[in-house]
Amino acid sequence: MRNLKYTLLALLFAAPVTYAKTPASDNYALYCVQCHGLSGNGKGVNIRDMSVQPRDHTDAKAMAGRSDAEIFKVIKEGGLAIDKSVQMPPWGDVLSDAEITDLVAYLRTLCQCVYGASK
Amino acid sequence: MRALFRILSLLSIGVLAHAADGDAILRADCAQCHALSGSAAGTLEALRARKAPDLFYAGNKFRREWLGKWLQKPARLRPTGFIYLDYLKKGEKADIVDAASLTPHPALASAEANAVADALMKLRTHDDLIAKEKLEPGTISRAMGEMVFDKFSGCLACHLIEPEYGGVTGPELYTAGARLQAEYIASLIRAPHAWQPKTWMPNKHLSDANIVKIVRYLDTLAKENARAQP
Ligand code: HEC
Ligand code: HEC
Ligand code: HEC
Repeated sequence: MRNLKYTLLALLFAAPVTYAKTPASDNYALYCVQCHGLSGNGKGVNIRDMSVQPRDHTDAKAMAGRSDAEIFKVIKEGGLAIDKSVQMPPWGDVLSDAEITDLVAYLRTLCQCVYGASK
Repeated sequence: MRALFRILSLLSIGVLAHAADGDAILRADCAQCHALSGSAAGTLEALRARKAPDLFYAGNKFRREWLGKWLQKPARLRPTGFIYLDYLKKGEKADIVDAASLTPHPALASAEANAVADALMKLRTHDDLIAKEKLEPGTISRAMGEMVFDKFSGCLACHLIEPEYGGVTGPELYTAGARLQAEYIASLIRAPHAWQPKTWMPNKHLSDANIVKIVRYLDTLAKENARAQP
């Protein structure tokens, strides 16, 4: 009985850790800023010699041209998956689907836009 | 006779003490920054708390000869520091590295460097990943290799292939062929997150054939780079 109580307690505390996802802003900072920049404007530290420049995520017009599903796909599978540059990497090996969904919402706050219109 | 024994035992103590040096130096002078045992960071918080690259698989990663030399004259490998975000600031045209915030790596004298290199080669927590790589020797021209590396795979975005050409958030790769074991290079490209679960090096899902071409290309680059040095 006592053991069961402890097991339940342990599960209770373990659960949030197991299912915790990293906030989108932290994932963006580590994985995206290197190319898309501290301001999300496409001016990352890597861009000097890149033959295709990273998308400006604050560009409402360009970002409104993509549906949430397309943005999800390009983050998970990389640029080639939507006929864009191989220089946009796939992130599905390090980010969960839930984290990618959060990143799509985060990008919508950067561009202040939705699919088809700026806010 | 007794004197002879004493000399012999002194000699062997000397040898033992010397053999132990590498581990002792690692514990005393390196462990405050580098993890020497344990496992790689599994969360972003844990990764960002790291001060230096993990060394517990150093024996699976580095070439012994390179280690001995580099520890005496440690040239910068990561142009943007270990965790690039910690050294980044906004510049006029694009983000830049705050070069003044980067510190030089401590250097060792020759005997210490070689003892430490021997000790590091014994740290091998990833024999499993290395055993999966089977590489045939071979060569590739620089032009062909660069095509696969840059155009087909997009690796140039984060890696320098010359001191002033390429991206900067990964380690420089113009000396990688001399620094790293070929099987490590192949394994890291195949599955970066098997080595470092949270690394910002992406898995580009390259074919076996392209992985082999890049391993050979990095070897070509390192040889050309060595020839270019005085
Ligand atoms: C190695 C550099 C690099 C990194 C790192 C990177 N990107 Fe990109 N990204 C690019 C490039 C280059 C493009 C432009 C591709 C093109 O126009 O063909 C791009 C384009 C995009 C687009 C626009 C696609 C379109 O055409 O509508 C989105 C969205 C995007 N990236 C999101 C992200 C997110 C989110 C991350 C981090 C998880 C990230 N990127 C990390 C290089 C990068
Ligand atoms: C003050 C912190 C600090 C100390 C102390 C320190 N290092 Fe390092 N070490 C670093 C950092 C930071 C890097 C990354 C340097 C770079 O990429 O240019 C590094 C890189 C290395 C590398 C290359 C690792 C890789 O994966 O690229 C080796 C090998 C190494 N150190 C060995 C040692 C040894 C041996 C000692 C002790 C004699 C030591 N270090 C002491 C911070 C430290
Ligand atoms: C978005 C940036 C990025 C891209 C794109 C990228 N890398 Fe990396 N690379 C890194 C980082 C960061 C590391 C350090 C990984 C670690 O050990 O934590 C690394 C490490 C390496 C290393 C080992 C270097 C060393 O000294 O430890 C090799 C080899 C390498 N990458 C090859 C490639 C190849 C080949 C490609 C293209 C298929 C590629 N990289 C694409 C960021 C990148």
